[in-house]
Amino acid sequence: MQPTGEDTAPCKSEILQGTLDLMVLKTLDALGPLHGYGIARRIEQISEEALNVNQGTIYLCLVRLMQKKWIEAEWGTSDNNRKARFYSISKPGRKQLVAETENWRRIAGVIGSLLELEGAK
Amino acid sequence: LMSALRRFFTRLLNFTTRRRDQERLKEEVVSHIAILTEENIRAGMTAEEGRRQAHLKFGAIAEMQEDYIAEKGLPFAEILLVDVRYAVRVLRKSPAFTTVVVLTLMLGIGANVVVFGVLNAALLHPLEVSDPQNLYQVRLKPWMSGRLLTTSYPAFQDFERKNTTFSDMAAINAYSSAAMSWHGGSLREVHGIETSGNYFDLLGVQPEIGRFFHPADENGPGSAPYMVLSEELWRSSFNADPGVVGTIVELNKHPFTVVGVAEGRFHGTERFAWPEYWVPMVNEVQAEGGYDYLNNRSAPAVTVIGRLKPGITPRRATEDLNAIEAELSKDYPTTDRGLEMRLIRPGLYGDEGDAIRGFLFSVTVLALLVLAAACANLTSLFAARAADRSRELALRVALGSSRNRLIRQLLTEAVIVSLAGGAAGVATATLLLHQLSRWRPPYGHLVVSLDSRVYAVGLALALGSALLFGIIPAWQASQSSPLQAMKHGAIESSRLRRFALRDILLCAQIVICTVLVAASLVAARGMVRALHAPLGFQPTGVMLAEMDLGQLGQTGEIALEREKEMIEAVRGLPGVTSVGTANVTPMSGGARGVPVFRIGTTELTFSNSVLATRRYVISPGYLAAAATRLLGGRDVSWHDTADKPQVAVVNETFARAMWGNMPAIGQRFILFGGPIEVVGVVEDGKYHDLAESPEAAVYRPSSQEVEGEVVFVVRSQRAPNQIAQELQHTLGGIEPDAPLSLRSWPDALSGVMFPARAATVALGVMGLLAAMLAVTGIFGMAAYGVSCRMKELGIRVALGASRTEVISAAVGRPIVLLGVGSMLGLLLACLARPLLAQIVFQANPSDLVVVAGAVFTMALLGIAASAVPALRALAVDPSHLMRED
Repeated sequence: MQPTGEDTAPCKSEILQGTLDLMVLKTLDALGPLHGYGIARRIEQISEEALNVNQGTIYLCLVRLMQKKWIEAEWGTSDNNRKARFYSISKPGRKQLVAETENWRRIAGVIGSLLELEGAK
Repeated sequence: LMSALRRFFTRLLNFTTRRRDQERLKEEVVSHIAILTEENIRAGMTAEEGRRQAHLKFGAIAEMQEDYIAEKGLPFAEILLVDVRYAVRVLRKSPAFTTVVVLTLMLGIGANVVVFGVLNAALLHPLEVSDPQNLYQVRLKPWMSGRLLTTSYPAFQDFERKNTTFSDMAAINAYSSAAMSWHGGSLREVHGIETSGNYFDLLGVQPEIGRFFHPADENGPGSAPYMVLSEELWRSSFNADPGVVGTIVELNKHPFTVVGVAEGRFHGTERFAWPEYWVPMVNEVQAEGGYDYLNNRSAPAVTVIGRLKPGITPRRATEDLNAIEAELSKDYPTTDRGLEMRLIRPGLYGDEGDAIRGFLFSVTVLALLVLAAACANLTSLFAARAADRSRELALRVALGSSRNRLIRQLLTEAVIVSLAGGAAGVATATLLLHQLSRWRPPYGHLVVSLDSRVYAVGLALALGSALLFGIIPAWQASQSSPLQAMKHGAIESSRLRRFALRDILLCAQIVICTVLVAASLVAARGMVRALHAPLGFQPTGVMLAEMDLGQLGQTGEIALEREKEMIEAVRGLPGVTSVGTANVTPMSGGARGVPVFRIGTTELTFSNSVLATRRYVISPGYLAAAATRLLGGRDVSWHDTADKPQVAVVNETFARAMWGNMPAIGQRFILFGGPIEVVGVVEDGKYHDLAESPEAAVYRPSSQEVEGEVVFVVRSQRAPNQIAQELQHTLGGIEPDAPLSLRSWPDALSGVMFPARAATVALGVMGLLAAMLAVTGIFGMAAYGVSCRMKELGIRVALGASRTEVISAAVGRPIVLLGVGSMLGLLLACLARPLLAQIVFQANPSDLVVVAGAVFTMALLGIAASAVPALRALAVDPSHLMRED
């Protein structure tokens, strides 16, 4: 076992980690309770495979979000009759989602206009 | 922050329930992969291919699981817990090793904590007064006059009035003693302090009950018969009666009103002194039973302390005081000497602070050396252990443990034993320091309070030692190549380097040990020298009976008659060979620096005096009882009465200083304004401490110079307690009201012997500890060497090596190291002479006895330590060994 600290990010970078969190929250918000596989599948579809991460990574995001109490989990049965843990977004999670969306849009706007500016030169 | 905190607690919770969590994750992962696989199969893959693709997509499960655990729990604490658990298991598996390490550290750290505890209490802990930083004590520049009493009371008043640099200045006489009686208790002798009225205000302390006295209470001599009790006296003599305020107590038959009780932790400005009462100095004549120093400019009777005004530097204040002193010496040329002043911190008996500081810091250095030797010892122990475990460590590396984790694991082991040793050391030290605090020698004591600083030092020493002895072996072990270690077994892999390190460590240990052994020998020599120093008197076999006739109001002729009567009575006791009295015995105080003038001197100013002498008042027979040799002339006699010519006996130094080689008998000199004839010359002696250079002394007959205080010096052939009983009976029968204190002379001198004794004990303990460490170190190395080389030794024996060859092969290296280390150590001890001189008077480590003693001790230790391994080497049975693995 390697010594791993707090900062050892399961995702490739800080931004990616935040992005993945946001994606999971948004997915749960849009589609309601989902199990890990469902979330992973959905994100893959949306990103059209551009986000090349292992599906296992999803579980680390889920743990993190659980710890922050942004999502909740309970055992249930999947479509094909398997026992699975279903995750759903919580009230603080929704709040966080709104705030993060806002934040993300703002940053995206800034970056966008910055890049445009650079391009115009 | 709150959310971070919450997350931490969630993690903490997960940390404790992680087993369940991991089960759950496993289930989730299994189900995830199953779904993926199913989907892949549905998409047309074979079952196997589908599963493979699913695993690929999911990523490495194990790695994810670890990350998951890391994310969920507390990785640092978790690893620590694992390490600690493993370390405890490993350590429990080798109890002998663990015990040796813990004991070694207990001794090393314990010794340091004891020394630091004393140093902390004596030097670092602030005095129990408010704002101790700007409190100063006035001293004379030349290192003379008493330890504490430096200034006459009238001069103090002049300083107080004329200075412009002190916000307040107080006078203290800490040598007050009185026979205390009150209607509720029996007569007992108490020791306390006389102070100027502003003393408590200046120190800024508060009473436990009642009040203190203040300047407003004083209206000239005898106006303030008030008394403040110490908490201890209040408890011991007044049963901690809260209504004690207002009680009338008689001190030397003069009534004093108790106004208050001081707090238990307040005991004046001297760290080692614990006064039992405080009385206003204006009433000292009553408290002292007649001795008046308030109007005596020639008696240095008080200690002066003061607080500097804000913004005034000690230097500026000193200049101010010197200007005043110069003025005074012009106004009062016969009494005020115009000596230069300086300011010191109060608390350590005036200038004794320098000696005490030097002593404590030097002992600290030696204690740290002991710990360093212990660490060197443990480093080689740990290195040897790591080498023995190299197969295990290599296996762990091979199985994927990182080297960092390996170092961490080994360091954890070191820290755990070190903390255990530290805890044991601090516990032992606490016990010792408690004993020390309860120890009440007559010349003052120290209360060592164990504050957080002491514990912090203990912890720091434990962790520091752990790093010191843990890091090298850990690093070394982590450097070893797993492949080699597994192939060749424990030793061969990097044997040369490891042995070089062990050699250096053992050598360092022997060097330190030799220094400490030499130091303790030096101290023992100092002690022997102190015990056999020519004192100018023979304390063994002498009983001292102190009696204060002045306290009973008896003076002059009556007191003299009483004294004669008592001397005759004591002389009649069986077994008594000689008896005499003195006002004080040598090395217990008394007047010094008394100016002596030649006959014909008209102006008796200090600048005209020939020498400054000590002065004793003795009865006929004192010189015989004290066994002070009379070199010429006669003893004083009862016929030397007040109306006859004034006579004196002087010592050699006095005679030589006054008259050179001329015969002194019959010569005359002026003392206290009158001419005195020399009738006898006695040998020189020690009058203050063992380290002093020869001083002049003059003995005056008590029949011509009566003093209230007398000490009966009784030489007898009987046991001290027998003669003490009879003295009590006889003297008490003649003078039942006078407080009498009986002590044997050697006991009375124990205070003088204390530095030598303390040094011997301190250095003796250090030396002993170091010797023990050296034995274990040499033994460890030799035993380890022999056990590692069993096979080689077996081959040598099989090939016909002689016994000497075997022994030299087995323990030759430690013996060589012992020789080299001892030589280096002795050299270092000689270089450390200034350090030792702080501890032991006339320290001389190059003394032949010390050198020989140290070499002999080290050789003995070496033989003792390597004997067992050598015997084991000799007992090697080649045939048996060769058959092994």
